[in-house]
Amino acid sequence: MIEVENLKVNYGGIEAVKGISFSVPQGDIVTLIGANGAGKSTTLRTIAGLVKAKSGSIRFMGEEILGKDTVDIVSRGITLVPEGRRLFPDLTVMENIKIGAYLRKDKLDDDIEWIFDLFPRLKERHWQLAGTLSGGEQQMLAVARALMSRPKLMMMDEPSLGLAPLIVKGIFRIIQEINQRGVTILLIEQNANMALRIADMGYVMETGAITLQGPGKELLVNDEVRQAYLGS
Amino acid sequence: MMILIPTWDTFLQAVANGLTLGSLYALVAIGYTMVYGILRLINFAHGDIFMMSMYFAFYMISIFYLPWYVAFLIVIVATGLLGILIERAAYKPLREAPRISLLISSIGVSFLLENFAVVAFSGIQRQYPSIPFFQNVISLGSVRVQRLSIFVPIIMAVLVVGLLFLVNYTKTGMAMRAASRDFETAKVMGININRVISMTFLIGSVLAAVGAMMWGMKYPQIQPYVGVMPGLKCFIAAVIGGIGNIKGAVIGALILGMLEILITLFFPGLSGYKDAIAFIALIVILLVRPTGLLGEKQAEKV
Ligand SMILES: Nc1ncnc2c1ncn2[C@@H]1O[C@H](COP(=O)(O)OP(=O)(O)OP(=O)(O)O)[C@@H](O)[C@H]1O
Ligand SMILES: [Mg+2]
Repeated sequence: MIEVENLKVNYGGIEAVKGISFSVPQGDIVTLIGANGAGKSTTLRTIAGLVKAKSGSIRFMGEEILGKDTVDIVSRGITLVPEGRRLFPDLTVMENIKIGAYLRKDKLDDDIEWIFDLFPRLKERHWQLAGTLSGGEQQMLAVARALMSRPKLMMMDEPSLGLAPLIVKGIFRIIQEINQRGVTILLIEQNANMALRIADMGYVMETGAITLQGPGKELLVNDEVRQAYLGS
Repeated sequence: MMILIPTWDTFLQAVANGLTLGSLYALVAIGYTMVYGILRLINFAHGDIFMMSMYFAFYMISIFYLPWYVAFLIVIVATGLLGILIERAAYKPLREAPRISLLISSIGVSFLLENFAVVAFSGIQRQYPSIPFFQNVISLGSVRVQRLSIFVPIIMAVLVVGLLFLVNYTKTGMAMRAASRDFETAKVMGININRVISMTFLIGSVLAAVGAMMWGMKYPQIQPYVGVMPGLKCFIAAVIGGIGNIKGAVIGALILGMLEILITLFFPGLSGYKDAIAFIALIVILLVRPTGLLGEKQAEKV
């Protein structure tokens, strides 16, 4: 579904991404793990057109999207659940949900119902300002907002960050549920253990380069990965 | 200092005048507050857009002899386009630049418009046309006012209610509120930021045009710097109300208009200091409540 080839991104003089290549097949969950500052967020933000690349290629459903405008990219069916959630704090929960569907012209009722099935907490709090939600609820809302665009590819940047273990479990369960509904997922995680468990493919990033790749289950038992990211 | 105790009728008359003046300020103050809300920019050129509107109206009516309602329509369209043009030419290229560059650019645009007016319209003072439909005097009980004094607050109220509806209850308004918080995430939602910003400038300029056309009927001497003082005062009104907040700008403007008229009514000796009232009010509000009456704590944009 998406193929990234030899992607290079610089911030001023700093090379944040040094020529990485990977692909996300349709219907899969692919995860990108790596230490802080490895360039994971930069990669996602470049795919979304928020950061300009130096060189390389990003093809989505066969078409080059590198250098395209963010609005163009998201209208093709890509969405991003950004690092730190980035809700609109002074919009209500309901407005945050609806704004996720900004580009859609059709009825939203069924989607909203589905969202409320997935996240009953959001239903109770639909009138509340998003800024007043708890961290876990905010993350749910960020996922809900992204889903409202009916994405083909959903990119998620550390959705489990700062959440209690039980909530993290819930979030991962929902990621799988969304995936089963046919949404392809590109997931960035610090929580390598959980991410690799649900991923079809995993890529390990270190200082701007991909150093390891393989099916999630294999990386989970890989010695290097275990030492560096699984703390054992 | 002498306190003048006015008669009841003079008092009512003054309240009506204060309401009219405050409503005129409100129409201009909204432009400051909306542009600030989305770009965090104090648009120094806004007062000069107001000035340009008055000249547009002057030319349309006094030189081209158009009926006032046709002229007003043209002025509204022209001013709206001018606002969009200014944003495209002077602010959009600086979207990624530090905010201070944007501020300096707006000061540049302000000087540019003022000097353009001197060259194109000449520096000599012109007389804004009188429009009997608005300027006929009517009696409301014992209070006699120009029709204008009744129309201005009504027009302002209708426009403000419409604007609040747009901002709070429509998809476009939701996009405007979202973009004013976070450009990047708004883009990820599919919101066209450039369109939202153009829309903001369009609305601000159109409201300023409505204000300017009415202002000209009350204060008919126009010259290239005629927008400076109202511009400053309306900016102050926006700060008093809490800059970025539309209702705040309206409330700030009404308070300021009322204060100016009532203080000069009760203390005629101070009438020479009329223009200072706004600045004193600004200092007081900055000391007592720096975020303005309806302002929240300023969350820095991330
Ligand atoms: N806007 C920016 N300007 C300059 N340097 C940046 C910018 N954004 C990121 N960087 C740098 O690029 C490198 C990669 O950052 P990135 O945010 O992609 O890392 P990450 O893998 O997402 O890390 P984390 O797990 O901590 O979120 C870092 O060294 C970071 O300091
Ligand atoms: Mg990151």
